[in-house]
Amino acid sequence: MSTSSTPTTGPALKLPEKDYLNATYGIRSWLLTTDHKRIALLYLVSVTFFFFIGGFFAMMIRLHLLTPSGYLLSADTYNRMFTMHGVTMIFFFLIPSIPAILGNFLIPLMIGAKDLAFPKINLLSWYIYIVGGCFTLYSMITGGLDTGWTFYTPLSTVYSNSAVAPAVVGIFITGFSSILTGLNFLVTVHTMRAPGMTWFRLPLFVWAHYATSVVMILGTPVIAITLGLAAMERVFGLGFFNPAMGGDPILFQHLFWFYSHPAVYIMILPAMGVISEIIPTFARKKLFGYHFVAAASLAIAVIGFLVWTHHMFVTGQSTYAALAFSFLTFLVAIPSAVKVFNWTATLFGGSISFDTPMLYAFGFLGLFLVGGLTGLFLGTLGIDIHVHDTYFVVAHFHYIMVGGAVMGYLGGLHLWWPKITGRMYPEWLARIAALILFVGFNLTFFPQFVLGYLGMPRRYHVYPPEFQVYNVMSTAGASILAVGYLLPMIYLTWAAFYGKVAGNNPWPATGLEWTTASPPPTENFEVTPVVTWEAYDFHNRPELGLDVPGQPGITPAHGDD
Amino acid sequence: MQSPLPFFPQEASNFAPKVDAVFLFVLTTCLFFAVLVTLLIIYASYRYRRTSPGEVGSTSEGNLALEIGWTVIPLIIALFMFAWGAIVYVNYRTDPTNTLNIYVVGKQWMWKLQQPNGKREINELHVPVGRNIKLILGSEDVIHDFFVPAFRVKMDVVPGRYNTMWFRPTKIGKYHFFCSQYCGTNHAEMGGWVTVMDPSEYAAWLSDEAGNVNPVSAGEKLFTQLACVTCHLGNGTGRAPSLNGVYGAKVLLADGTTITADDAYIRESILQPKAKIVAGYQPVMPTFQGLVSEEQILNLTAYIKSLQSQPVPAKGAGIAPATTGKK
Repeated sequence: MSTSSTPTTGPALKLPEKDYLNATYGIRSWLLTTDHKRIALLYLVSVTFFFFIGGFFAMMIRLHLLTPSGYLLSADTYNRMFTMHGVTMIFFFLIPSIPAILGNFLIPLMIGAKDLAFPKINLLSWYIYIVGGCFTLYSMITGGLDTGWTFYTPLSTVYSNSAVAPAVVGIFITGFSSILTGLNFLVTVHTMRAPGMTWFRLPLFVWAHYATSVVMILGTPVIAITLGLAAMERVFGLGFFNPAMGGDPILFQHLFWFYSHPAVYIMILPAMGVISEIIPTFARKKLFGYHFVAAASLAIAVIGFLVWTHHMFVTGQSTYAALAFSFLTFLVAIPSAVKVFNWTATLFGGSISFDTPMLYAFGFLGLFLVGGLTGLFLGTLGIDIHVHDTYFVVAHFHYIMVGGAVMGYLGGLHLWWPKITGRMYPEWLARIAALILFVGFNLTFFPQFVLGYLGMPRRYHVYPPEFQVYNVMSTAGASILAVGYLLPMIYLTWAAFYGKVAGNNPWPATGLEWTTASPPPTENFEVTPVVTWEAYDFHNRPELGLDVPGQPGITPAHGDD
Repeated sequence: MQSPLPFFPQEASNFAPKVDAVFLFVLTTCLFFAVLVTLLIIYASYRYRRTSPGEVGSTSEGNLALEIGWTVIPLIIALFMFAWGAIVYVNYRTDPTNTLNIYVVGKQWMWKLQQPNGKREINELHVPVGRNIKLILGSEDVIHDFFVPAFRVKMDVVPGRYNTMWFRPTKIGKYHFFCSQYCGTNHAEMGGWVTVMDPSEYAAWLSDEAGNVNPVSAGEKLFTQLACVTCHLGNGTGRAPSLNGVYGAKVLLADGTTITADDAYIRESILQPKAKIVAGYQPVMPTFQGLVSEEQILNLTAYIKSLQSQPVPAKGAGIAPATTGKK
């Protein structure tokens, strides 16, 4: 179970006497905490809860689709399953996952701050998230939701018989949690960097979260307004989108995608940030093209706001609009490609180890490559008229959001688990789980590309028999995937209590967060750190104890100073 | 009939080979890059694997030429993909002239289709091979989408407006069509079959069954029933303009602009009469929103279209005089 990359072999590793976990005790000390690390753990628990609810819906969907006539669920129940799967996973798992858990925990540590700029607002964000979650759960229990996560009007506002209003209110509320978190991150990064932590010494994880925060602040109010209008149309009969009352159903789609396309970048940018940390750490080398990767994050955030109608190429929108938005869609693909090339180039000349986080990074690269490239198919106008609203789209966005964002999230959890809990997870079990996930994921979603091109539309509870063989493959893959998700949840929980003590910097990595104790003290650093090195610089960090050519090996020092 | 692991659907329209060609180009290009990056990762992972626990990597940290190269080259390729896809799309979105027009109405959860001679079908569409077919799509309730995988075409069917799509079937046979925009409970069952027939067989099929309702006569009947006829007098002396010759002609509006009286204009004038008032008339027409179904609107439109050949009165005509243009 020992980590092959750890140069330190001393038996003397001990947990610190006082850390953020044992500083105070009792339920109040958690529910009223303003410590960003504890709030991150509150998010971890609640986000995991929603992940398993969403996962349950996904299993129901896949089991039901095993046969063409669908043997498990009624049409209405099936429609509720995929809707609630989408709503839960997107609004309550993917969007908060990396920013609210890892970002919350790590941004102050990475920039050498004691906490976020607004600790109380940070706690408020979590409560808002929980209140929003409760509304949405209430909708699921009292009638469910069957509009699709996209809430297209007038289906959602006039024709649906499900509990649309509480779900919409829940998402509306949760949006404010996102806005406040984004605001907190922006102010923190601007004002609380430690001495010497210049903008271009920031870890790319922080850059990625900076870009994400911009999207959160600018985009989320639009979805709040949109869903607010939809709720008013449903509850009070005001005709914003219902054509029978003079409204325009396509207007809803414009407003909805103005947020929901950039929201994809809220999900993927933080994962890219995690990958930009993992690869230099396990290649022991500076990230190739640091400035270009940082700029790419910002470019994605900006151009990402200008591509929304590529979800609407077959709504009958003007041909000229379609041409402009297709063009911009190809532009937004470029910074993502630049990132992939830079990550790959980082490997050259590195000293690569295959610890679990690195396996997740490799998995991310492979899956994001497929997910990103299939986005080009959808952005190509001539292909979109065929594959729009088919399983091709379903496969594409699962490759981005699950293959990309979730692989990044799990990779990040493994990378920083020793920092968060002070203990190591069982390395070989973790490697096997990563492999299971990769295989299960591809078996689940790759056949869906073929299904989509063959013409199977999304959101079908029954389908023509010629599509069955690929659906069986997909369901088989989903069962493997489920095992792949349960394993980390079990062994990470176990490791938090019984894992081998990790020490301050087990990999070792170069970020500021690794210079303090694991788990860190409540105030993060004993003394405010002073940064004198560039990001990911293994060569000028003798305290890491590595064999840098031309430098005498030095035994690792603990702590700062 | 098909292999157990089919990869491509049948190609049965003029668009199918075009869409497949772009698809194969994008697929080949993407496969090339995916394989290239994967091989580079595998090579680097082996070549630069860690050999001693304390080993560190090189000090390289970037290369401007590489950055420019891998920004510009993908950009050029991407623009090429964009352009090729755009050509196919513009072709698809530009209706050819001389089409066989079929009206399609989607409602939860069935399709009603009407041939040019008024013959009606439900969840079935018969078309002749080799002819340009234009579907005029309307919805009674929520958004649907008419999708024929073998033709590689789809279009949303949006309530409150008409969308059109066109294709030219190239192969005789029977093909699935689906609703591909989620529309509620039985969305998955809202589909049917397109039957592509030999033109002579199609003609025989079209004239076969008795009891077809002619849309023009149905529209004429409605025109009387709904009392349209009391104001829209053919000789131009009514409270509302004569509709003789209006269809397809320019109409002068009260605000001085002109508009072509097409299906969408007529539909709007029935449902929201106050939206566009013909010059010289008062906004006295009541709305028929909720009183007429989409099918009835189509019948009324067909009737108004049939008035194209009627003599246009000198006074009280709906159409704009030839001399007045836009202000």
